Parts: sequence; C-alpha cells; structure tokens
Amino acid sequence: MALRQIAFYGKGGIGKSTTSQNTLAALVELDQKILIVGCDPKADSTRLILNTKLQDTVLHLAAKAGSVEDLELADVMKIGYQGIKCTEAGGPEPGVGCAGRGVITAINFLEENGAYDGVDYVSYDVLGDVVCGGFAMPIRENKAQEIYIVMSGEMMALYAANNISKGILKYAHSGGVRLGGLICNERQTDRELELAEALAKKLNTQMIHFVPRDNIVQHAELRRQTVIQYAPDSKQADEYRQLAKKIHANGGKGTIPTPITMEELEDMLLEFGIMKSDEQALAELEAKERASA
Amino acid sequence: MSLDDNSNDAASYEGLIKEVLEQYPEKAAKKRARHLGVVKTDDAGASSCGVKSNVKSVPGVMTIRGCAYAGSKGVVWGPVKDMVHISHGPVGCGQYSWSQRRNYFTGTVGIDSFVTMQVTSDFQERDIVFGGDKNLEKMVDELNVMFPLNNGITIQSECPIGLIGDDIEAVAKKKNKETGKTIVPVRCEGFRGVSQSLGHHIANDAVRDWVLEKSKAEWETGPYDVNLVADYNIGGDAWPSRKLLEEIGLRVIGSWSGDATLAEMERAPKAKLNLIHCYRSMNYICRYMEEKHGIPWLEYNFFGPSQIAASLRAIAAQFDDTIKANAEKVIAKYQPLVDAVLAKYKPRLEGKRVMLYVGGLRPRHVATAYDDLGMNVVGTGYEFAHGDDYQRTTHYLKDGTLIYDDVSGFELEKFIETIRPDLVGSGIKEKYATQKMGVPFRQMHSWDYSGPYHGYDGFAIFARDMDMAVNAPVWSKFKAPWKAA
Repeated sequence: MALRQIAFYGKGGIGKSTTSQNTLAALVELDQKILIVGCDPKADSTRLILNTKLQDTVLHLAAKAGSVEDLELADVMKIGYQGIKCTEAGGPEPGVGCAGRGVITAINFLEENGAYDGVDYVSYDVLGDVVCGGFAMPIRENKAQEIYIVMSGEMMALYAANNISKGILKYAHSGGVRLGGLICNERQTDRELELAEALAKKLNTQMIHFVPRDNIVQHAELRRQTVIQYAPDSKQADEYRQLAKKIHANGGKGTIPTPITMEELEDMLLEFGIMKSDEQALAELEAKERASA
Repeated sequence: MSLDDNSNDAASYEGLIKEVLEQYPEKAAKKRARHLGVVKTDDAGASSCGVKSNVKSVPGVMTIRGCAYAGSKGVVWGPVKDMVHISHGPVGCGQYSWSQRRNYFTGTVGIDSFVTMQVTSDFQERDIVFGGDKNLEKMVDELNVMFPLNNGITIQSECPIGLIGDDIEAVAKKKNKETGKTIVPVRCEGFRGVSQSLGHHIANDAVRDWVLEKSKAEWETGPYDVNLVADYNIGGDAWPSRKLLEEIGLRVIGSWSGDATLAEMERAPKAKLNLIHCYRSMNYICRYMEEKHGIPWLEYNFFGPSQIAASLRAIAAQFDDTIKANAEKVIAKYQPLVDAVLAKYKPRLEGKRVMLYVGGLRPRHVATAYDDLGMNVVGTGYEFAHGDDYQRTTHYLKDGTLIYDDVSGFELEKFIETIRPDLVGSGIKEKYATQKMGVPFRQMHSWDYSGPYHGYDGFAIFARDMDMAVNAPVWSKFKAPWKAA
C-alpha cells in the first residue's frame, strides 16, 4: 500500500494530540506501521504512545549538536506502543525565534533521512492555528493528503475549523491536499452533533466521527497512556477503533473544502444558539440589570 | 542638444519620456510617468519638476535602490570608526557590504578602528528557530575581549531579525549595564520602507535614542563650535571640508559620520551650528537637535568653487564679522587655485553634456561643479529622494533638464542611448553598461576610487578626473577601423 500521510489540525486545547494518539494506537490493530511527526513546540504529540513525559525534539537536539545536519535519524526517532515510530519537531521556548521555520526544518530533515521509509502512515499533529507558512508545511505539496480537523460545538473551535479549511483550500489546487473530515470531540454543548454535521455540510466534508466525552480518557492520560493501551476493552477504546477504521477507509475520499465567510459562520452560530444576536444580548443584559436593581 | 546657455531641450526630453513609457504595460507606464519630468520655471520664477518620489519601485523593473540595512549600516553607522558594527543575521548582508563605502578614517584597523572590518552573527537555521539573542550576547562579550579599544557596538538588523522578533533592545540594555559601553540596537531590517532612505531615518532615530539621549558628554564649548554633519568622508571628502571650516575660524567638534568617533557624536549637542552636507540622510538628527537643543542647522555645498564660496559666505553669516572677514580671505586665497584649474580644464570640458544618477545630495550638489567647468548637466535623478529633495534641486538646474526618479535600468539606458551625453556619472552597476555604449563614465558614489571631491582641493581632483574620463583617447577608438565611414 502506498504511504498515506494524514494530519490533525484544530483549535488549541481541543484534544488533537489525545485524539490523534488514540486513533493511531487503534490503527496499529489494523496492522498499520505508523510514524508520528509532532509539529507543536510543546512537543506533546507522542507522550501517550511513548508513555514518557516528553520526547527529545529534532530541533533541541540539532541546537545541541550544532546544526540539523549533525543529527542521525536514530537520535530523534523513538519507538513507542506497538512499534509506532515517534518524532517531535520541537521549537523555541515561547516568545523567541521562529517555531514555523522549525517545523519546516524538522520535516525536511525527517524526509531526507528516510524516516518515512517502511511505514504505512505518517501522521502530523499540528499546533492549534495555522499562524504562518511553517505550520502550513504539512498541508503543502507532497505532504499530508488528508487533513482531519478536530473540533467541538464551541464557538472558537468552529472558527478555527473554518480557518483551517481556508488554509487547505489555498493549497488544495497546487498540492492536492484534501479535507478528510471533521472529528467532533464532545464538549456537551447544545445540539453539538447537529451543529458539527451542519458545519461539515457547509465545508463540503463529512463529520467522520463523534467522539463522546468519557473520563476514562483523563485516567489514561494521567498514566501517559492511550485508552487503547490503558483500557482496551472500554467503550471509549471502541470509539477510537471506529474512528481509526473510518479514517483507514477514507483514503482518497477527501474533498476540497468550501470555507464560509464570517457572516455565514455567525449566522449559523445564531441559528444554533451558540451566539446571541446583538439585540438579544443587549435585551438580556438589560433584563439582568433590572433584576438586580 | 542645448538650446542656449540657460536651458536644455525640454520638448525633446518630454518626447523621450513618452517613448520610454510606451514600452511599459499600461499600469507600469502610469506609475513610472509620475517619476519622470523636466525642470520648468513658472512666470513667478519658481522652478519645479513635478516628479513623485519615495514610493515603492514598480515590480519587474531593474531598480538601482538599496535597502534599509544599506541605509543604516552602509551609510549612517558604518563609518563611525571606533564602534564595531555587527551585521546581525545571515552572512550575506555583511559579506556584501564588507569594507564599507570608501569612508576614509584615521586609526588602526582592528585596534581602535573597525570601519573596514566585517562582523556578522552568521545566522544559521538554529538561530532562526531558537532566536539569535543568546548568540548576540556572546558576540558582544567576545568583541569586547578581542577588541578592547572599541568604544561601543551597534547591532544592524538584517531582515530575519524583524521576522522572528528578536529582542535586540534587551540585549543592548543588558550588555550596556554589564560593560558600561554604548550598545546601539538598530531596527533597520531590509524589508522596511521602499529604499535605503528609511534606513537613514531609522539610523538617525537610533543615534537620538541610544547616543544623544543618553549622552553625558562634557565639553568645554567655544563660540565657533560646529558639527560637520552627513559628510561620509568618501575618498577623504570630509578632510578638505573640515580644513575650509577651520580656515575661516570655526572649530569642528564633530564629523558625522565619516571619520567619526562615538565621542564626537555624544558631544554634538554642544555645538553652535550644525552644517549638513547630505540633507537626505541626516536632516532628521539635525531637526531633533534644533528642537531639543536649539541648535540651528544649515545645508551647504562644497562641490565646485561657486557653491563653495556661496556656502562659506552663508556659513560665515551665522557668525561674527571676524568669521565673515575670514571667509572672504579664504575665498580669495583659493582663487588662484580655482583659476589655474579652470584655465587647464575648462577649455577641454566646456560645453560637454553630463547625465547624473546618484543618491542623497549629489544629483543636485555636483551639478554646479560641472557648471563651473563649463559643462552642462542635461539630466539628473535620485535613487531614494523625497519631495523636499526635488524642491531643493531644480534651482540648481537649467530649465528643460530631464529628471528621473528611481530610474529603471531600461529607462536610464534608453536616456543615455538617445541623449548620448559626453559623460555619465552614476554607480558601479551602471558603469560598464554605459561604457559599452561608448559613453564616458565616472562613478559618482565612490568617486571611482579617486577623491576627495569636496572643497577647493577636491575640485582640482574632480576636474582632473572628469577630463580623464571625457577626453580619454580610448573613445576615439570606439568605431572599428573597418567600419569607419
């Protein structure tokens, strides 16, 4: 089977790393060999697979060694749960340097040094917002073919999903990247499933899976494990297995997204009651003030 | 193409402009049209050329402009001799500006003077990703160990510094606290602004904020203290200028920034008058000193005897009768030298037509030196002028003179080809193309490795050099003998 490259994007804190690691751990059960490329300076994209706190990153090792050319692949690649290969791009501490350039450097290093050889899947786990060209690296030419956007029914997560779609659209025609689908990570907001499906429709994609909220994820995470490893027989583990199967079957079925305007998005949020109209918000505020007076 | 002694052929130049513009796509033509014009005098006697300036170059043309880093490191800061200037960023900018612009200075390179040295932080991928601040700190420490006689360090930002947002100001403050030495961070990233001009401004602001505002210089002031501002001592230009000022009885307490020391800059606000040669690159700091310290400033021109005399008189008029009398004495003293130069070279250069394309002040200031030699400037233009430069230009020129702002390679070539002047004065990039057209050329940024051209002494050299270019025997061999008609 040809190498499949996928990437997980989404608003910061939405659960990208957790979702992606759980899904990838489930993909192993489908006999897939996997490489994870963490593209977040926080470097937390592989901890559940490696069961460690933090992995040494490409960029920190390169900085120590002098330059990235001084590194060997073996220095930066760790083997985790069920043989999953793990790498982390890393980046500067907050407030200095250029993390985006770091992602570019790290991905080029991994590719040039054969990290992609002999695996079925390369999975990129990318920082919340596509703030600059560096973080768009995985959606550029010859990188990820399908992007999965992790989102929820919260307003900012929806904004982010739409923005990421814009990024995908930008590169869709030059590089062939496609939107694989939305993964809704339940936050228990009102009409969440419905909203996710509505947004997916607007973006010309599918809501590929609705991952229910379950405390077992936190339990596993505190032990630096995926649910698949910590509680393989749990209901939640099955949810991730389903998601993995869907992604596995989704190869080549991605679409070119149709991001919507801010107005359209806000209309949608109004319709679903996530956002209130100015009049409504004012009326509520006045009512509240009257009540307290 | 000169109609008479007082004007150039406006009609034919306007036709030439039209011809050049026709070669551009519509949008580019519309943009470029605003930058080309001819000098016109209205009925009230006011001259103007109506060109627009200081806007972004048209994409796709070969502009001759530089960048903000070039304006700060290459022009304003680089010549300050007792400071080490770090080209902060990848190696190229420092490498290609190595040795500076022939800014002469006295001192020993590597001991107490550092002008021609190239110091760069040589950014690697790692520095981009993790930031270059730590390296910068280390560099400052190492420079202080290697060159203990340096009196300060400037940090000249290259593009990536602004992109990754390195906090060079914090490094400067920290190292200043540790060492007591002046450390000046300059945010002159090349992508800022439309030309080197913004770099001059940024560099001036850095002088203001990091030198003048912090200066505790003690200086026993005298009544005749002046600063020689914005003379970069190209080929030693500032030295004959300084000599003239001293001869009329003034005391030059600072030379900015050719052959300058940090101390000269620090004590500048103690002067009575700022004399500015290159208005474009340092008017900012003169205006600041005027506002803050009440020091008036005066633009002068030391190219060619008529402007030297006019400038000496204008400068002397700011002082008492002794100085005024001295000025007359000095002008008279040098008259024989001027007469001898004119006697020798004027007959050889009279009536020759000149086209210029240079930078800050020379497109106008040099014009009158050519006039003194009986030559006729038929076209001139600036790389990075602003509106106030063109306002200061046209009265130096004859009516009908062709003006080209931020000229493109194509336009300049076409102008030279059609006008076929007897001499073109511009930069290294234009030199060989022009000479291959069979037109004599002098580099007017670097004085073609000659100089100085300022002052009476400089005028003699200027006249000799122009004669050497215009009347070189090589031009008689330009036509192949078998093609000679």
